[in-house]
Amino acid sequence: MDVAIVGIGIHPFGRTPSRSGLQQGAYASRLALQDAGIEWRDIEFAFGGSVSAGSADALVNELGLTGIPFINVANGCATGGSSLISAFNAIKSGQYDIGMVAGFDKHDRGAFNADPEALGIGQWYGETGLMMTTQFFAMKIQKYMHDHGISTDTLARVSEKAFINGSKNPNAWRREPLGVEEIADSMMVNDPLTKFMFCSPSEGAVSLVLCRADHATRYTDTPVYLKAATLKSRRFGSFEVFAPSQALEQADGPTVDAARAAFEMAGVGPRDIDVLQLQDTEAGAEIMHMAENGFCEHGEQEALIRAGATHIGGAMPVNTDGGCLANGEPIGASGLRQVYENVLQLRGQAGGHQVPGDPQLAYTHVYGAPGISAVTILQK
Amino acid sequence: MTRQVPIAEGLFTWPAARPALLASRCKKCGVASFPAAQSCMACSSQDVAPEELPGRGTLWTWTIQRFMPKTPYRSNETPETFKPYGVGYLELPGGVRVEGRLTENDPAKLHIGMEMDVVFAPYRTEDNGDEVISFFFQPVA
Ligand SMILES: [Zn+2]
Repeated sequence: MDVAIVGIGIHPFGRTPSRSGLQQGAYASRLALQDAGIEWRDIEFAFGGSVSAGSADALVNELGLTGIPFINVANGCATGGSSLISAFNAIKSGQYDIGMVAGFDKHDRGAFNADPEALGIGQWYGETGLMMTTQFFAMKIQKYMHDHGISTDTLARVSEKAFINGSKNPNAWRREPLGVEEIADSMMVNDPLTKFMFCSPSEGAVSLVLCRADHATRYTDTPVYLKAATLKSRRFGSFEVFAPSQALEQADGPTVDAARAAFEMAGVGPRDIDVLQLQDTEAGAEIMHMAENGFCEHGEQEALIRAGATHIGGAMPVNTDGGCLANGEPIGASGLRQVYENVLQLRGQAGGHQVPGDPQLAYTHVYGAPGISAVTILQK
Repeated sequence: MTRQVPIAEGLFTWPAARPALLASRCKKCGVASFPAAQSCMACSSQDVAPEELPGRGTLWTWTIQRFMPKTPYRSNETPETFKPYGVGYLELPGGVRVEGRLTENDPAKLHIGMEMDVVFAPYRTEDNGDEVISFFFQPVA
């Protein structure tokens, strides 16, 4: 049984002091139901997640007490992807015909602070100032630039594109384009990454209605099919966030593994993909994730990005809605935002950020602590 | 008299004439883990033995932490007295790459591949006067 996405809803990302995270989740869910032309009582099951805005299943208080199974999912940055995989399998198994996936969040300002003991690491690691995701990304891109000849100018170009795309997306948080120099010369946060090369914690919500593919046209004229949804954790030897040490022997990271599994599941390859959303918690991550997901060789990003290949009109448009850099990262909603954007793209409804040429296949990727990655492939 | 206490038990030998970081090495596959663990992440074996890591290695990658982290960060600094600090992974021959703070915070003086020593020094002072000792990586003079 194939699975289709027949309804999508989003609450604008950024800061909305007047609404709680849960209310933003309810807002997105109502829009998704409306988009599918159904009522909450038609939903048979739901999976959802939020890291900082309460339990996702409390959404039933807002949407109605219908008795459905609503399962909370908590998997860091892959929370949305994990909810989606769970819903995908619930429908594929034949257990349910139609359900919802919801993700929302509302974080405080400033970098995330993580608890070492929740990850089985000693308190000393946090106390001495090593428990910082920003440091990991900085050290990973520092090494990557050294090994593969990526310039700081290219880092700035990734942010420049993100803010251009954000300016075309009415739901994005940061909607002002910024010049390459302004980005490169902004405050250094974790060398070589400056303030405008990092995304910030933010707020927002996305909900999706999924159903068995043979029922899809009951709800929409533009169904989008979920051809693959995969999740992988780290293997021994990969370089991951929150690692007090790392093996001398090196292995591919979970992104490489999740990408490979997704392409195999969908029966397509990187060259077939028309539009892609890659985890860009900072500018370096987008660069490294292009290669880790199989869209280019290591080091080719320098020339590709310089030539504009990753822009909306380019050969491999990346993060067409502005990505995490322009939307911020409400963790529970972030991965689903990518899927929302891809559904818009495949429906041809992305407006000012629509990629040309009638895209048929779209790709999403998230990466998070302590070394997990989730990928989806959508087809029109 | 000021007492010196290690920031965590079992992280390094302390007190010791020549303190060293403590790892565990798997007797089955030979892989080392830091901090010392009860089992091997590579092969799942529980047959592991403690081992002191070498005191000199090469810098594998690095960054500078330029803003003061939130809790669980615990130093004696305030936002006013905070000084940016270097962070890096030091590749210890035959062992592992260990993450730690650097004694150097000037990016012009740091590069991948440089030699560094593992050093042990006071990190913060507790309310009762105890000096908390941690490990740092210091460029070889
Ligand atoms: Zn082993």
